[in-house]
Amino acid sequence: MNLHLLVIAPIVTAVFILFFKELRQVRMIALLGAGFQLIISVLLLSTFCNERAAGNTAPMLFYNSVEWFSPLGIAFTTGIDGISLSMILLSAFVVLAGVLVSWKMEKMSREFFFLLTLLSAGAYGFFISLDLFTLFFFLEIAVIPKFMLIGIWGSGRKEYSAMKLALMLMAGSAFVFLGLLGLYFSTNVGNGQHTFDFIAISRSAIPLDTQLLFFPLAFIGFGIFGALFPFHTWVPDGHSSAPTAASMFLAGISMKLGGYGCLRVATYLMPEAAHVYAPYIILLATIAIIYGAFATMMQTDLKYINAYSSVSHCGFVLLGIGMLNETAIAGAVMQMISHGLMTALFFAAIGMIYERTHTRMVAQLGGLLKVMPFISTIFIISGLCSLGLPGFSGFVAEMTVFMGSWQHTEMFYRIATILSCASIVVTAVYILRAAGKSIMGPLANEQHLSLGDATWNEKSAAVLLLSGIVVIGIAPFWLNELISPDVNGLMVNIGRTFIP
Amino acid sequence: MINEFIYLMKHELMLCVILFSLLIMKIASNDENSGRWHLMINLLLLVNLLVGFCYNISGELFNGMFQSSELIQLEKNILNLGLLIISLQAHPYTRTHRHAPEFYILLLSSVLGMFFMLSSGHLLLFYIGLELSTIPLAALANFNLNKSASSEAGMKMIMSSAFSSAFLLMGISLMYGTTGSLSFSEITLQLTGAPLQVFAFVMLFVGFAFKLSIVPFHFWTADVYEGAPVSVAAFLSVISKSAIAFVFVTVLYSVFESMVNVWYILLFITAVLTIGIGNLFALRQENIKRFLAFSSIAQVGFILVGISGGTQESEASVIYFLLIYIFSNLGAFGVVNIVSSITSKESINDYKGFYKTNPALSWIMTISLFSLAGIPPTAGFFGKLFLLTAGASTGNYVLIAFAAINMVVSMYYYLRIVKAMFMEANEHPIQKISFSLFPSIALIICIVGILLTGFSGNLYTYIYELSIGI
Repeated sequence: MNLHLLVIAPIVTAVFILFFKELRQVRMIALLGAGFQLIISVLLLSTFCNERAAGNTAPMLFYNSVEWFSPLGIAFTTGIDGISLSMILLSAFVVLAGVLVSWKMEKMSREFFFLLTLLSAGAYGFFISLDLFTLFFFLEIAVIPKFMLIGIWGSGRKEYSAMKLALMLMAGSAFVFLGLLGLYFSTNVGNGQHTFDFIAISRSAIPLDTQLLFFPLAFIGFGIFGALFPFHTWVPDGHSSAPTAASMFLAGISMKLGGYGCLRVATYLMPEAAHVYAPYIILLATIAIIYGAFATMMQTDLKYINAYSSVSHCGFVLLGIGMLNETAIAGAVMQMISHGLMTALFFAAIGMIYERTHTRMVAQLGGLLKVMPFISTIFIISGLCSLGLPGFSGFVAEMTVFMGSWQHTEMFYRIATILSCASIVVTAVYILRAAGKSIMGPLANEQHLSLGDATWNEKSAAVLLLSGIVVIGIAPFWLNELISPDVNGLMVNIGRTFIP
Repeated sequence: MINEFIYLMKHELMLCVILFSLLIMKIASNDENSGRWHLMINLLLLVNLLVGFCYNISGELFNGMFQSSELIQLEKNILNLGLLIISLQAHPYTRTHRHAPEFYILLLSSVLGMFFMLSSGHLLLFYIGLELSTIPLAALANFNLNKSASSEAGMKMIMSSAFSSAFLLMGISLMYGTTGSLSFSEITLQLTGAPLQVFAFVMLFVGFAFKLSIVPFHFWTADVYEGAPVSVAAFLSVISKSAIAFVFVTVLYSVFESMVNVWYILLFITAVLTIGIGNLFALRQENIKRFLAFSSIAQVGFILVGISGGTQESEASVIYFLLIYIFSNLGAFGVVNIVSSITSKESINDYKGFYKTNPALSWIMTISLFSLAGIPPTAGFFGKLFLLTAGASTGNYVLIAFAAINMVVSMYYYLRIVKAMFMEANEHPIQKISFSLFPSIALIICIVGILLTGFSGNLYTYIYELSIGI
């Protein structure tokens, strides 16, 4: 299969959108584009599984390389493994759901769907890239549509949040770029030429002092995207000011770019340095988990609740990566997928409530279950998934991370693991409190009685995301089978040298 | 022989032909503001651009005083392209101006000077070319005849260029004193790194720094841009700067290559100052022309980072970046030109709510600004990152880190304008502007250039093969 299709399809869709003006036409094209994308992704999954079942154990399947800036060693190289494939599937789910919940976007609808589709092109391109320069290119492509989406269609302090998000993510990109340059100049492909090729870099021995210098740059850079403490401050503002679909994208896909980059680029390509810096990563991740959970307790705005809880949940991703063993990294990947689906669903539910009641304050809501049973159920389910109830994906992912991190016997790792485990209790407190006050209980506002329940598009968006969560929760071995050979492959490099 | 003469000097000869025909038309006709006249001059410039692509040969004339190669011809073509875009953009302005032919005569003389400068193999021809390119610009800066700010701009321009010429001449005479020659090839052989030669080189460097508006020799830039007509400001910031930058790279890499230690330090210091100061001042500007002036100062800083690499990639990246810079900066200036010539509004605050009334112009401005800021998928992203990559080849990551962080700062002020246009409300937005065919063509060229140049790996490879390192 040609992976270029994954990038070309959204770009073609985006260009098509520009030719139409009416909301009805524009959203139809966006929906068709997103649906097509999901179909390609599913087809890709089945071809991938067939290839693997047929015994193709190449680390990257569907490998393809097109010359681009050959004097600089830049090529448009693409290829996927189980990890990137699961990310692509996640993106396809969230994008389709995002288009569905934005069904009634009256204001500047053409521009809205154009930017939304462009954003998805960036995400797909990022996950299929096997060249660090094109990877970086796609990472940055995804920043500016977010700025525009938040700044134009957002709510609250939208301009401030948009600027903050764009600048922080750009600062992250700057760090990433420095890290990539360090990798680039430590390669040699003859004649003093260097290369950005991912596979070539992964095979070359990078000197330890180079790694020690550039690992923190690359990790922090990607970490800013993935809400690494203390660079997480864009997350709450950005998420809560964004329109619903953009919040879903941000939390569901964008933050995963960061986690994926931390794993694939920083840790995988500079494993020795990763071992040196692992304690700091774990420390920061633990702080993020605890701090995020307690900060959520104090929030009164539903979107802020979910945004801060995202900081906490993304901490698990970084914790898993920092543990540097197979189980924990598999857990980190699962957590990325689980969190992507769950938080997108959560934001969708919050968006639906906000659209009807025009408030997101927990204090002003109450008894919504009687008025809008479907939306309320969705809200509660995503909340339960977030607190790690068995049967949903969150439980599986967090469980795997803890199992991995428990394999380390040192006191420091034990304490970090125990503290992170304990945060789940805090999660339970804020989720149950928010759900209890806004969904259950007496009706807070008589005017809410006249509000309707979810429409067909909202229902299908919710069902789409929910199916992913439940499937992973009930049959985690499917996901595990998809990713574990490749996590195993990563470990060949990551476990390469252990510096005690 | 005569054929070689024509082929090697085709760019210069072509410009001379256009200049003379303009003079004759000025004398012969008394209706130079008709639509036909403007159509003709733009067609002539288009022919001028196309002729530049024919018969590329390399060689030298007049005992090596005048040199030409495929690379130099490519650079001249790039300048010709910029000239054509500026001429198209200037249409709403020259249309209403009494002295349109003089405008073009001065503009073309300046470009002619640049061509001689680019082809010079001798410091004397270089100096004459430089002066020929600067003095008409001072007259052009003064072209808003009834505005005192414009006279001030012209005066500042001529004073500062005289000042920098003094430095340059000082450097040239010292260079002559220590090497006994003015010819580039001879100077290269005679360079020993003696203190007096280093001093002479620093003087030459300062001369260049003035013309390129490198900090701390940038003080004239913002005032001149603000006072001059927008098209002239665009010309100054794009064409004039590109020409000097082309020469700068060539001179550093092929003439002063043995002084690499000296100029690397100079480039390092000035690049940090230029990027830092340019960015800090750009943050605070309220006038959009002044803003573009400071942002273009910061851009020059990035070019210096690229030059400091000293490899073949560096020269290729600088030329590639300048091509992209022509498209992006002229895109932004094109919109400012249209708005300012029709509504005479030049403050950033006036652009609030611009999207509501002029969506097309807003998108063009946005894409151009994104390209200047280096945001993908625009070409500026590739241009800037290649400059940084080229600069990093020396292993000086402090400079690269500084530049990369400053890209984030510059992002703030570029996004500020995007924010004003798209997100902020305004009680009295700029009304809907309808503009004629010529500026639209110019804007389309810019946008197509911005969107396509970046993806064209072949173009980069082509430039790379022509480039040299030290």
